Amino acid sequence: MAAELHVELVAADRSVWSGEATLVVARTTSGDIGVMPGHQPLLGVLESGPVTIRTTDGETVVAAVHGGFISFADNKLSLLAEIAELSDEIDVQRAERALDRAKSDADASAERRADVRLRAVAAR
Amino acid sequence: MGAQLRVYKRRIRSVTATKKITKAMEMIAASRVVKAQRKVAASTPYATELTRAVTAVGTGSNTKHPLTTEAETATRSAVLLLTSDRGLAGAFNSNAIKAAEQLTERLRAEGKEVDTYIVGRRGLAHYNFRERKVAESWSGFTDEPTYADAKTVAGPLIEAIEKETADGGVDELHIVYTEFVSMMTQTAVDGRLLPLSLEEVAEESSSKDEILPLYDFEPSAEDVLDALLPRYVESRIYNAMLQSAASKHAATRRAMKSATDNAGELINTLSRLANAARQAEITQEISEIVGGASALADATAGSDK
Repeated sequence: MAAELHVELVAADRSVWSGEATLVVARTTSGDIGVMPGHQPLLGVLESGPVTIRTTDGETVVAAVHGGFISFADNKLSLLAEIAELSDEIDVQRAERALDRAKSDADASAERRADVRLRAVAAR
Repeated sequence: MGAQLRVYKRRIRSVTATKKITKAMEMIAASRVVKAQRKVAASTPYATELTRAVTAVGTGSNTKHPLTTEAETATRSAVLLLTSDRGLAGAFNSNAIKAAEQLTERLRAEGKEVDTYIVGRRGLAHYNFRERKVAESWSGFTDEPTYADAKTVAGPLIEAIEKETADGGVDELHIVYTEFVSMMTQTAVDGRLLPLSLEEVAEESSSKDEILPLYDFEPSAEDVLDALLPRYVESRIYNAMLQSAASKHAATRRAMKSATDNAGELINTLSRLANAARQAEITQEISEIVGGASALADATAGSDK
């Protein structure tokens, strides 16, 4: 059996993505972490940043995650985020506008959010 | 047309217009209940996963946290009351307010000071009218609460819990909301949200008797718990807000349904009265004509002699 793990990416108000994957890369507060099937049970705090999921079909799913948790046990990985968006859901122009606006308003958190979105699109 | 009949006709017209409005409101509320229920269902995966994670940290380490430590003698508590912004929902708001008042009384009897936090204009209006102190209030989103709204509500509450009691903080947090049991039944319930007892959370989630693995915590168990607990509280408040919204719509639907039914009944009664009035008018006219004719006949008969 090809090694795979089951991924659930859930936001506070909906389930964003779920499926089988061979590798998940996410950014925790202490650095990037890659999880492959058979990893030891893990519970970590996520930073805002893109999460990369390599699916079993060889495709890559990228999502922008704004804070949250990663937990892995029994080959099941859950990514919990207050806000999570898949990269193809992100409106690039809107994110760019939001970034400009946040920069001019000196709104650090909005700037970070827009930045994460754009990075997720770039990583696609 | 007689005056009486005209009055009835006018009332029938006005009740018919009201009935149309209540019927429309009933249908709108019915569709919103479904939407609100769907939102409750959509938020469940997050809540379940979060509960699992809290259980994992709670059982996997002996970490202490202000949100889980019980004060030896609780002297101040906060009560969060969830009501709606708009009325026309039967006893929905008054039930929730009543439940909050009973809880407040019980807490006072236990010798605790109570800070009241309110969501929804209705609850706030009730407290303001009675000139009771409200620590903080929020409104404008009760029909369709979002997660961000739950965050704004949870923020000051978590802050108050983390503060020392002597500096105006609180020892425990209770929440009063309306639980959505079914389309027909919604009950106002109160529950203690904080301090969180990790054993209770564990009991809630481990119904399947699963053994949780030994997790590796990244960066550390304390940090994970630190980040996890506020999110858990937010998600509980979010869930309560969604249930409260669904309950409000269900209550509105029921109230509007009985209003529509009553309007229908009233129209029936009024039409009967209007018919009777019309009939009475006709009878009177006939008797007047007959009376007049016979009087005329009597007069001519007299002159003929």
